[in-house]
Amino acid sequence: MSKDRKKNSLKSDIIYPIVGFIALLLVISFMITLVLDIFIDGFEKLKDPSFYISYPSRFPEKAGILSGWVGTLLVMLGAIFWSLLIGIPAGIYLEEYAKKRGFLGKIETIIEVNINNLAAVPSIIYGLLALGIFVYRFKFGESILTAGLTLSILMLPVIVVNTREAIRRIPRDIREGAYAVGATKWDTVRDHILPYSLGGILTGLIIAASRAIGETAPLITIGALTFIAFLPPSPFTTEFPFLSYERALEALMSPFTVLPIQIFNWVSRPQAAFQINAAAAGFILLVLTVLMNALAYYLRQKVRRKYIW
Amino acid sequence: MLAVFFTAGFITIFITVGIVYVLLSDAFKFFQVVSLKEFLTQKEWTPVFATKKFGIWPLVAGTFLIAAIAMVVSIPLGLLIAIYLSEYASVRVKEIAKPIIEFLEAVPTVVYGYFTLLFVTPILQKIIPNLEAFNSLAPGIVLGFMILPYTASMAEDAMKGVPQRIREASYALGATKLRTATHIILPAAVSGVVAGFILGASRAIGETMVVAIAAGMYPNLTLDPREPIQTMTGYIVQVALGDLPYGSIEYLSIFAVGLALFIIAFVFNSIALWLRSRIREIY
Repeated sequence: MSKDRKKNSLKSDIIYPIVGFIALLLVISFMITLVLDIFIDGFEKLKDPSFYISYPSRFPEKAGILSGWVGTLLVMLGAIFWSLLIGIPAGIYLEEYAKKRGFLGKIETIIEVNINNLAAVPSIIYGLLALGIFVYRFKFGESILTAGLTLSILMLPVIVVNTREAIRRIPRDIREGAYAVGATKWDTVRDHILPYSLGGILTGLIIAASRAIGETAPLITIGALTFIAFLPPSPFTTEFPFLSYERALEALMSPFTVLPIQIFNWVSRPQAAFQINAAAAGFILLVLTVLMNALAYYLRQKVRRKYIW
Repeated sequence: MLAVFFTAGFITIFITVGIVYVLLSDAFKFFQVVSLKEFLTQKEWTPVFATKKFGIWPLVAGTFLIAAIAMVVSIPLGLLIAIYLSEYASVRVKEIAKPIIEFLEAVPTVVYGYFTLLFVTPILQKIIPNLEAFNSLAPGIVLGFMILPYTASMAEDAMKGVPQRIREASYALGATKLRTATHIILPAAVSGVVAGFILGASRAIGETMVVAIAAGMYPNLTLDPREPIQTMTGYIVQVALGDLPYGSIEYLSIFAVGLALFIIAFVFNSIALWLRSRIREIY
């Protein structure tokens, strides 16, 4: 190697880190610009308390996000319920019960590959699934129930994967110890596996929920309305037993809107005043996502420190 | 209890079966009215006009144009960052950079849509005078950043996975860090890096809200990034926003488009999964 060339290649090791760092700074400034842009655009509305307690309106200055955030809250409650109901048992099955050989072993492999594939399906396809199955074949309509089910399918792969990872970290000794004192498989799962993996499962749930809360496309596909000037009926009553089954069902079946759809609707309007509303609501959604991700990050660190096997 | 757990696992298969069933059955009804030949050979997509034409190519072209722009932005930027993070950066820089890059994918896409339409496009219009308000350039660039968790972060993971002894052997022969990174580490990690690129492209193809908001609603068989276009996902959103009677030809058409999108995404993901499985075989 000639002296000149050697000098040049050593120089590359001084220049490259600078170039790489600039590329990284570019990404970080992209992120900062995004956050600042929607914060500044929406500031006027963000500081207006009536924005949070008003229904959408034809007049941009009167419009608010009340039906949006109530809808988001109800839909997310449904989505979390359904995705945990299926996701945790599915994760436990794959880690603790699944046979590695034989016919059941084949099914296990199919389930596993399938979950990996589900995680990569475009979210709008889930919307088409929900439109075809929940809305038209099951006749759930364009309701809060349908929306919750749709988002739960999106969350499911994340929850299964995180449940499995959390369970896998529990050492074999714990299970052997439980079996040695006569515990059945279910005893072991209930008293040891589940409690120890709860932190990891919770982390997965929060990450999944933070993705689902910003999802727009699948909910547009199932026919979420953009203009909702009422709230679903409250299932609580003043008389005993304070909870009305009919009204709860009515709430589940009522049409809805969610924050992201409200934002989409405002962005699509030509009047600039609506775009202030879109920016404000977008900033709120972004803050929610940041908070959920930060919480998941914190929980993950905490769990790792709590159980060191 | 076993039965309960098994059922839960089995339901996840039903979801895939459900997707395939819904897409196939409604697309089948669509293809009874519009021939598959017309769908695949016509060059016009005008389902809302009086004379309806259903040639999917304008939508496919729009989809791939946006994905291509996203990749042009994302691959160089992602590789630069991946090499920097994997071979040069200190632990502290990595600890800050990784969560930020991962967060790019967590930002609600409707927020990206707003940012693209009302911030990125106006800026680009100052540089490129005849850029239209709806175009494929701005959404493509923003998607390029959005998929960095795949093109930068996954590439970095793959490069970090290359055993340290290989790195040290290269240094021992007198190679610089950069030469080691580009000539030894990158080739060794190539399946993982390319798998990340393909997953990123698949994500850009399936992305909906950014393109629905900022790319326009105009099926346009063009490769000009300045013109408004429509993607496959954008068409599904446009139709879903209207009030369509169940079983009408427009209603059925979104399932045919959805089926095409599902097949494309499935092919991309299968290639990526296959590439990733190859990483483990080498060492």
